[in-house]
Amino acid sequence: MQIEMREEKKQEFWRWKESNWKNPDIEWRSGKFITLGIDVGSVSSQAVVMVDGQIFAYSNMRTGSDSPHSARKALDFVLEATDMPEDRVDYCVGTGYGRVNVPMADRTITEIACHARGANFIYGPEVRTVLDVGGQDIKAIQCDEKGRVTNFLMNDKCAAGTGRGMEVFADLLGIAIDEVGERSFQVKEEPPPVSSTCVVYAKSEALGLLRKGWSREKVLAAYCRAMAERIYSLVERLGVKPQLAVTGGLAKNSGVIERLMFMIGLKPMNSKWDAQIAGAIGAALFGYALCQKGKGRKK
Amino acid sequence: MLANYGYKDGSGDYFITINTDLCNGCGECVAVCPANIFIVVDEDPNDPMRDGPVAIVAEEKKKKLKYECNPCKPTQNRPPLPCVEACKTGAISHSW
Ligand code: SF4
Ligand code: SF4
Repeated sequence: MQIEMREEKKQEFWRWKESNWKNPDIEWRSGKFITLGIDVGSVSSQAVVMVDGQIFAYSNMRTGSDSPHSARKALDFVLEATDMPEDRVDYCVGTGYGRVNVPMADRTITEIACHARGANFIYGPEVRTVLDVGGQDIKAIQCDEKGRVTNFLMNDKCAAGTGRGMEVFADLLGIAIDEVGERSFQVKEEPPPVSSTCVVYAKSEALGLLRKGWSREKVLAAYCRAMAERIYSLVERLGVKPQLAVTGGLAKNSGVIERLMFMIGLKPMNSKWDAQIAGAIGAALFGYALCQKGKGRKK
Repeated sequence: MLANYGYKDGSGDYFITINTDLCNGCGECVAVCPANIFIVVDEDPNDPMRDGPVAIVAEEKKKKLKYECNPCKPTQNRPPLPCVEACKTGAISHSW
């Protein structure tokens, strides 16, 4: 907590842009079922509004001090992009790390189920493995062509090797979070990984390396590599079947993801959608499926 | 679905796997486990489309399975695990 407060005052290198978006081609007024998915993660929160299973609008924000507040903010922000009143929502599903604290949710569903379902929607039915690297945990999920989970494994014992660790590190080096990937490749040769991805140890190790005359890029490369190795050791157990999709906040960090893909020997799929909203998409889709089954708010 | 609960750390892999396609939610595992590792829930939180109860590993136990299961796992002459033995459908397995 103390570390967090200190960083708030400095220049905020870790801060990425919050955003909201509306699909101009969808008219909510003619929709039968309008469903809402809210994913409150440890680092970021998303809300997705779907009209009959199609993405109508979404928002992506930084998670605040508590889950109910973050869910509210993400919901207000997505509605801001639309002219739809909140009470038009037929069903709301909460997911993510803070899912039990989403006050407006009719039901909560795990990130495991939502990320698989969301990845299936975003990337298509060929996805068999979903790797979700979030702010606080790493999940490896296998799913079938319908996005139904067939096998999963989650590691949330330690924040090392997750999005939050990367933010702390970017801040330490004074490198903006969205430049981390590119900068980490600005090295003549790949340095050995730092010995620990544990945020506290890695910080002091990084300071030592900087003092030794390493460039910031080189230190960053060593940290990205260590994170990639740690994630790999976790997913190894489950096994990775193609096609592979990477979701969660770290999906945008090419410094870690490209190194990880090299180890796995696969290329992750591309999508026109932001992988960070996969969980909220899955949640909204489950809401839609539940409505169709007659389990929605309105009978 | 193979639901793997647990973790990997420096000393090894500690996962309990529940095959939810085999599990019928009978609750035998809940009854025999001395450490209250399992609970049976009516809605599978990982599979919202499933109808019918299923066993899951309790949230607060997931990060300490190695220690919680210790009494059932002596290093020598390990007896069959109570949970694995009690499960008639063969849905439970342990990685260590
Ligand atoms: S004993 Fe086996 S079938 Fe019964 S609830 Fe436990 S895991 Fe499921
Ligand atoms: S090994 Fe023992 S303590 Fe562990 S889950 Fe099975 S019955 Fe419970």
